[in-house]
Amino acid sequence: MDAPPYDTDARAHRAVGRASRMGLALPANATNWIAVWRRNYLVWRKLAAASMIGNLADPMIYLFGLGLGLGLMVGHVDGVSYIAFLAAGTVGSSVMMSATFESMYSAFSRMHVQRTWEAIMHTPLTLGDVVVGEIVWAASKAVLSGAAIMLVAGMLGYAQFPSMLLALPIIALAGLAFASLAMIVTALAPSYDFFMFYQTLVLTPMLLLSGVFFPLKQLPEAVRQGAMVLPLAHAVELIRAAMLGRPAANVGVHVAILVAYAIVPFFVCAALFRRRLMR
Amino acid sequence: MSNNTIEFRNVVKRFGDKTVVDNLSFHVRAGECFGLLGPNGAGKTTTLKMLLGLAEPDAGEISLCGQTIPSGARFARQRVGVVPQFDNLDPDFSVRENLLVFGRYFGLPASKTRAMVPELLEFARLENKADARVGELSGGMRRRLTLARALISDPDVLILDEPTTGLDPQARHLIWDRLRSLLTRGKTILLTTHFMEEAERLCHRLCIIEEGRKITEGAPSELVANEIGCDVIEVYGSAPSALRDELAPFAARTEISGETLFCYVHDAAPVNARLAGRTGLRYVHRPANLEDVFLRLTGREMQD
Repeated sequence: MDAPPYDTDARAHRAVGRASRMGLALPANATNWIAVWRRNYLVWRKLAAASMIGNLADPMIYLFGLGLGLGLMVGHVDGVSYIAFLAAGTVGSSVMMSATFESMYSAFSRMHVQRTWEAIMHTPLTLGDVVVGEIVWAASKAVLSGAAIMLVAGMLGYAQFPSMLLALPIIALAGLAFASLAMIVTALAPSYDFFMFYQTLVLTPMLLLSGVFFPLKQLPEAVRQGAMVLPLAHAVELIRAAMLGRPAANVGVHVAILVAYAIVPFFVCAALFRRRLMR
Repeated sequence: MSNNTIEFRNVVKRFGDKTVVDNLSFHVRAGECFGLLGPNGAGKTTTLKMLLGLAEPDAGEISLCGQTIPSGARFARQRVGVVPQFDNLDPDFSVRENLLVFGRYFGLPASKTRAMVPELLEFARLENKADARVGELSGGMRRRLTLARALISDPDVLILDEPTTGLDPQARHLIWDRLRSLLTRGKTILLTTHFMEEAERLCHRLCIIEEGRKITEGAPSELVANEIGCDVIEVYGSAPSALRDELAPFAARTEISGETLFCYVHDAAPVNARLAGRTGLRYVHRPANLEDVFLRLTGREMQD
């Protein structure tokens, strides 16, 4: 830039330039993303049965393996059987895993390996439309696995029927939050190997510290505070209250944090994708 | 800006310290086939990316279909079909599904896309492959499907990035034939290529770029006449520099590329007479073509 550094016109111009550049990576309108979601849905539909089994087997094994096995030793937790306690945690963690993995491995394949995103960006859709479509799709898959586990838990009497329905909007919101967060990793990933860092350094600690397997109050206060910075603890707290038919405290705070995790990472990943794909 | 379908005015693009597109200006009129020619790394793909609003120029102005780029790019893209350099068909879908799904991205109703599919399959000579998976198609079929996919929204403009790279000659001729039929239907085409034959056959006008700079522009025949303006005798099979010393007095100009000597001649007879009957030498006398222009302007020697 040859304009003097304190030239306010030039600064304003640059600010407008930045805004318009960012605009190119944001959704063009409120509905374009649906075409991207639908593309993923149509592919998934071809392999739905296999995909469902793959998605559900893992959390179910945890639920029954740990729930029944550990449950014998643990007895009751928080006034309910261990397996009923664990059921809500399993719903939360499977939402996290399924949204994250779709956002990382599958979206990365479509972006980097298959160049599907490039093809879509050659149409009137924008990068932002693609990213929103991918995030909502990953969240949709998360809802499916979360809801399926909840349904099984409900049928076996580990969750209360109608109150557990209140968990559905929380599952959807948590799905968006985890999908959005993982998209940042995808935007930065040079290859599939990179996702291992996020899994071991973020997902695993979050899984162990968010009240999935044992109540948060078992943790030292400092660790507990730290866990509350991450989204999973908030999701599990609300899902558990709904599934066990108990009143939940601080619903507004939990929801607000999940909303923040859905929105802020979206803008971060959109900026990163723009830098990666639109240069 | 103007009523040109595509216009580039003094466009600059830098990656860090490297200027990849350097003050590039050109325009494409409606119904015209315009070629961007250049060696690999000349900035052709970056130019197309900027045209589509998928990369921002550091300076200059671009318009496409009456829209200012990049701000109006998504509206312009509504009227544009793109055939990218690398295959990006959807491997999870059949041939037909690729077309149907793509129509959605343009906001076309499913009924309209479905009605267009048979015609597009016929155009791409893929009538018998409608339900085949993309993975089962040959390279030429995949390119034709990509071309058909680019036509799903009945665009006014087609942008093709090296449409025949990697194809065998039959497949290449079929693509050329299809592109010519699109031109007769009034489509505007911008293509990049490093096949001179492709440019010579298809393009009404073209510009040659090197290191992001335009080095010449015009109709292929004009460029050949202006830049070369005579016939060429290619000689190979012997030490070219010794041969050059001998033949140079009879040629307007000579050039050596690798083991080949190029003699530019207005009158071929004296050179031919000296070459006739020599063993171990092969030579051919031919009219000058775009490849001569390209190699002359960008240098005969390999650049990478």
